[in-house]
Amino acid sequence: MAASTSAASGTNIYAAGLLGKRTPWFVLAGCLAASFVLFWLLQAGTPGATLNVAGAIIVGAIFYPLAIYTISLLVEGARKAKDRLVTALVYGAFLLALAPLITLLSTVVANGLARFDLEFFTYSMRSIVGAGGGFVHAMVGTLLMTLTATVISVPIGLMTSVYLVEYGRGPLARAITFFVDVMTGIPSIVAGLFAYSIFALLFGPGTKLGIAGAISLTVLMIPVVVRSSEDMLKLVPNELREASYALGVPKWLTILKVVLPTSIAGIMTGVILAIARIIGETAPLLVAAGFTNNLNYDMLNGRMQSLPVAVYYQYVSPGVDVQAYLDRAWAGALTLILIVMLLNIIARLIARYFAPKSGR
Amino acid sequence: MSKRIEVRDLDVYYGKFKAVEGITLNIEPRSVTAFIGPSGCGKSTFIRTLNRMHEVIPGAWVDGEVLIDGSNLYEAGVDPVLVRRQVGMVFQRPNPFPTMSIRENVLAGVKLNNKRLSKSDADDLVERSLKGANLWNEVKDRLEKPGSGISGGQQQRLCIARAIAVQPDVLLMDEPCSALDPISTLAIEDLIEELKTEYTIVIVTHNMQQASRVSDRTAFFNIAGTGQPGKLIEYDDTSTIFSNPSEQSTEDYVSGKFG
Repeated sequence: MAASTSAASGTNIYAAGLLGKRTPWFVLAGCLAASFVLFWLLQAGTPGATLNVAGAIIVGAIFYPLAIYTISLLVEGARKAKDRLVTALVYGAFLLALAPLITLLSTVVANGLARFDLEFFTYSMRSIVGAGGGFVHAMVGTLLMTLTATVISVPIGLMTSVYLVEYGRGPLARAITFFVDVMTGIPSIVAGLFAYSIFALLFGPGTKLGIAGAISLTVLMIPVVVRSSEDMLKLVPNELREASYALGVPKWLTILKVVLPTSIAGIMTGVILAIARIIGETAPLLVAAGFTNNLNYDMLNGRMQSLPVAVYYQYVSPGVDVQAYLDRAWAGALTLILIVMLLNIIARLIARYFAPKSGR
Repeated sequence: MSKRIEVRDLDVYYGKFKAVEGITLNIEPRSVTAFIGPSGCGKSTFIRTLNRMHEVIPGAWVDGEVLIDGSNLYEAGVDPVLVRRQVGMVFQRPNPFPTMSIRENVLAGVKLNNKRLSKSDADDLVERSLKGANLWNEVKDRLEKPGSGISGGQQQRLCIARAIAVQPDVLLMDEPCSALDPISTLAIEDLIEELKTEYTIVIVTHNMQQASRVSDRTAFFNIAGTGQPGKLIEYDDTSTIFSNPSEQSTEDYVSGKFG
C-alpha cells in the first residue's frame, strides 16, 4: 500500500526518465526524413538532377546515432545514452555487413534468371556459338568431382581426427595438427598445381582429367574435415567414454559406437560445409581438370568442366554475341549459389535430425 | 558372483608424482566398503585402480598388486577390458549415453560388445536390471525414450542398472550421490543395501553420514599436505571408525574437526 502511494506521488527513488518503446523508431524516421529533405534542397538548384537515395540513407544513418545519443542523454542520463549509442552502432555494423551480401544475391538473381531455363539444364556447350546452349556438362563435372573428392577426403579426414582426439599423443600428433593447419592455409591454385604435376609425372605433360581435379579438391577438403570433426569429437564428454570403458567395452568399439554416434550430427554438418567450401573452387580445377565444352561422365578420361570454370570462361572469352555468354555466366553463378544454399539447408536438417534427443 | 579383493602395497603415480602410497587392505565379498577422506587424498584415484580405469588418464600407472579372488589385475598379459567386465563402475555424474534410449542404455554393455541377444532375453535382462536398480516401475512405460530425458536421480539409477546388466562381480561407486538430492540419495542408498547381497560394493563418499549408513567397513584416507601422496590411515568396521577410532586424525575427521 505504502509502495503504491509513493510510486503514484512520483517519489519512487528507483524511477528515472525513460524513452518510450517506439521513440528510437520515430527518431530514425526523423533522421532519414531530415536527410532526404537536405539532399532535395541541395539538388533543387540543379535542373534534371535525380535524388541520391543511397547517399540520403547513409547520411540519415550517420545522423541517427548522434540524435539518439543526444536525446537519451537529456532524458535518460549518461549510462542509457551510451547503451543506445552502442546499440545503434552494432545494428549499423550488422546492416553494413549484410548490404554487400544482399546486393550480390539480388544482382546474381536478376542477371541469372535470363538464362535460368530448361535449355540451360539440358544442353552442354558443344558446338554452341552465340545464344542457346547450357551448362549441363559443367554441372555433371562439378557434381562428379565434388563427390569423388568427398568420398576420398571424408574417410581420411575423419580417421585423422579420430587419431588426433582419441589416440594421438606427443610429437606425431603435434606434427599432424601443425601440417593440417598449414594445409588449411595453402592457396587453392597450389593444390591444383600439385594434382596437375602428379598426373603430368605419371601420364605425361598436359594430362588433364576429372580425377586430377577431384584430387586437387581433396587436398583442400581434408584439412577442413579434420578440423571440424576434431572439434566435434572433442565436444563428446569424457564421461561417456569412461562409462563405456567401465562396461568392459574395448576402445575401438567405444569410438565406433559411443563417440561417433554422439557427434555424428556435428561431423556431418562439418562435412557438408566442407563440400560447400570446395564446390566453388575455380583455380585448381582450371589447372587440373582443364576446360571443355563437351559432356564428360568419365573421371579417368578426358577433360572435365565445372561450374566455376564454365562461368569464368564465358566471361573471359565471349564470342560475337557477348550478351549470350554473359547471361550464361550469370545463370551458372546462380546455379552454384543455389547448390551451396541447398547444401547449407541439408546441413541444418541433418544437425537437427541426428542431434541427441533429450525429450521426455 | 561376489568376489574378494586383496590389495597389497599399492602405489599409484601420475607420471612422476606419487598420488597414493602403500595401500594394503582386504575387501570381503558381499559387503559394502566406504572410502572417506578429504578431497585430493587419493580415494577416487585408488578406487579406479581396482578396475584399471586409472589407465584412461594419460600418464597414470601403478606399482603393487590387486588380487580379485586370487588373480592379480596387474600381471603381465591381463586385458583391462576383461577386468572391467568383472568390475563395474558407477561415476560421480550420471552419464547415460545420450544417443540411446533407456532400454538401449541398459543393454549397452552387452550390445556394445557386439554380442547377439534374442529379443526375449534382452527384455528379461532389461527388466531384471531395472528392477535391480529400483527403476523399473518409473520407466517401464517409456523404455524407448532417450536416457537423458529422465531426472538426475533416475539417470544415476539407470547407470547402476547399466553396470549390473553385464553381471559384474564387484561394483565400484565413485561418489554416486554427490550430484543428487536427498530423496534420490535415499533411493540409491536403499539400492546399495539390496545390491550387497549379490555384489562386493566399494563406495567413495564425501558424506560421512552416508558412509556410516550404508557401509560395513570404512577406510579413512588422508594426505600430510599438498604434493604429498595420499595414504590409508585407518581401515576398520564402520562402527569402530565412527565411535572409537584408533588414530587421532580419523577421530578429528569423523568428528568434524577438519575436512
